[in-house]
Amino acid sequence: MERSAAYTLRFAGLVGVVASAVVATAAVLLASRQEENRLLDRRRQVLDAAGLVEPAERLSRAELTRLFGDSVRPVLVELETGDVVADADAAAFDQRRAAQDPETSRPAPANAAGVERLPTRALVYHVVRGDQLGALVLPFEGVGLWSTMYGFIALSADLSTVLGVTFYEHAETAGLGALISDPDWQALWEGRRVFGDDWEPRLSVIKGRAPPPEDAPFEVDGLSGATLTGNGVTRALHFWLGPEAFGPYLARYRQDRGIP
Amino acid sequence: MNGPIRARDALLDPIFDNNPIALQVLGVCSALAVTTSMSAALVMSLAVIGVLTGSNATISMIRRQVPFRIRIVVQLTVIASLVIVTDEILQAFAYEIAQQLSVFIGLIITNCIVMGRAESYAMEHGPALSSLDGLGNALGYSVVLLFVAFFRELLGSGTVFGVTILRPSLDGGWYEPNGFMLLAPAAALLIGCFIWLLRTLRPEQLEEELTLGTLPEPGGEGRIR
Repeated sequence: MERSAAYTLRFAGLVGVVASAVVATAAVLLASRQEENRLLDRRRQVLDAAGLVEPAERLSRAELTRLFGDSVRPVLVELETGDVVADADAAAFDQRRAAQDPETSRPAPANAAGVERLPTRALVYHVVRGDQLGALVLPFEGVGLWSTMYGFIALSADLSTVLGVTFYEHAETAGLGALISDPDWQALWEGRRVFGDDWEPRLSVIKGRAPPPEDAPFEVDGLSGATLTGNGVTRALHFWLGPEAFGPYLARYRQDRGIP
Repeated sequence: MNGPIRARDALLDPIFDNNPIALQVLGVCSALAVTTSMSAALVMSLAVIGVLTGSNATISMIRRQVPFRIRIVVQLTVIASLVIVTDEILQAFAYEIAQQLSVFIGLIITNCIVMGRAESYAMEHGPALSSLDGLGNALGYSVVLLFVAFFRELLGSGTVFGVTILRPSLDGGWYEPNGFMLLAPAAALLIGCFIWLLRTLRPEQLEEELTLGTLPEPGGEGRIR
C-alpha cells in the first residue's frame, strides 16, 4: 500500500537508528575480546617468525601466552637515538596506535615504502633460548599494491641471517599478492641475508625464482603475478631496517654485542 | 488448518526439493570461495543460518509497516546489520576462521539467497513461518557447502576438518593431493555433480528443454532465469 512521504521518512529514520544501535552495541561489547585476539595473533606471528612454532601448529590461548612469556622479551626503543627505553611497559605498547598519535609520532621522512608517520618509539622482540639471545624480531610495514602490509622479520642474534618472516595483515590480491602470508613462500626467506658489508639492507624480493640462499643470499623468490606486492615488501624492509627507522637501534645493538 | 504441514514444508522443502543453490542456483559465488576446508564451510554455514533466520524473522515482523517504495532498502539495512553483528561475533570468538573467511562474511549481505527469501517469502508470511523458511534455506545452502567442502578438502589436502585421512606423499604417505580441488573451478564442478545427483534422484527438478530459437509464451511453462 502507498504511504505518505512523511511516514516513509520517519520509518526510514527509525530503521536507521535501531540498526545502528544494534551494530554499535555488538561492536562495543565485543571490542575487548577482539582486541585480545588481535594481540594474541600478533604474538603468535612473532613466535612464527622466530621459528618457535610451526605455522600449522595449533596453540591454545594459555599455551600461546606461556610460550610468549617464557621466550620473548618485548623491548621498547627510541627510533631516533636507538636507546632502549627501560622505564616503560613494553608489553602494553601499541605501536600502531602510537604512530597515529601526533604526540608519540612524527611525519616520516620521504620514503619509498609509503610510510607516512613514524612512531618515536617502536617495539622489537628479543627471543631468548635458555639465557642466550636467540633472535631479534622486528616489525615492518609498507604499502604493497592495494594495502599496507604489516609483518615481522626474525634475524639471528648476530643479525647475519633471516630466521623467518610473517605478514599478519594486508589486503593484497587473493591468490597472487596475498601469498605473502603463505608459509611456503615465507619459508623461502630462511637462511637469506639482509645486510651487506656496510650494514645497509640489501635483501630484495626479485622477479622469478631465486637460487638457494648459498648462491643468492640477498634474493627472495618473487610471487608470479605480484611484482608490485613484492616490490612493496622490499621497500618496506629496506626502510624499516635502514637508517631512518631501526638503523640507530641496530647500530647500538651491534656495538653492545661486539658485532663488527 | 494445515499449519504444521506448512511449517514442515517451509523448513524442509528448501533442503532438497527446492534447494537454493541446486535448484534456484543462487549463492553460488560464496559456495565457490569458502569450500576449500570443512571448518571454513561450517562456520560460513552457521553464519548464513544465523543471518537468514534472523533477517527473515525481522523482516516478517515489520512487513506490514514497511512502506512499499523503500522495502528493498529496509531489507538490506536489516540484513547488513545482522551480517555486521555476525562478523563481530566471529572476530571475537572464532578469530582464526574469521581471518580465513575474511571478506566473505561481509559478502553475505549480497548473497542472493538472503534478499531473495526476504522479498519473496518474509514479506508475505508471518514471523514463525518466515523463520523456518530462512532456517530451511540456510540449511539447504549448508548441505551443498559441506558436500562441496568435504570433497575439496579430502581430495585437495587429504584431510577432513583438518584430520588427515589420506596421508599426502609429501608427508611420507601415498596420496598425491589434487591441487585442482583447491581452486574455485573444482567447486563449480562439484556443485554441478550435486545438481546432477539431485536431479537424477528427483527428476521433477529437471528443467524443460527449450528448443533453440523458440521463446516460451509469456506465462508459459518454460523457465528462464
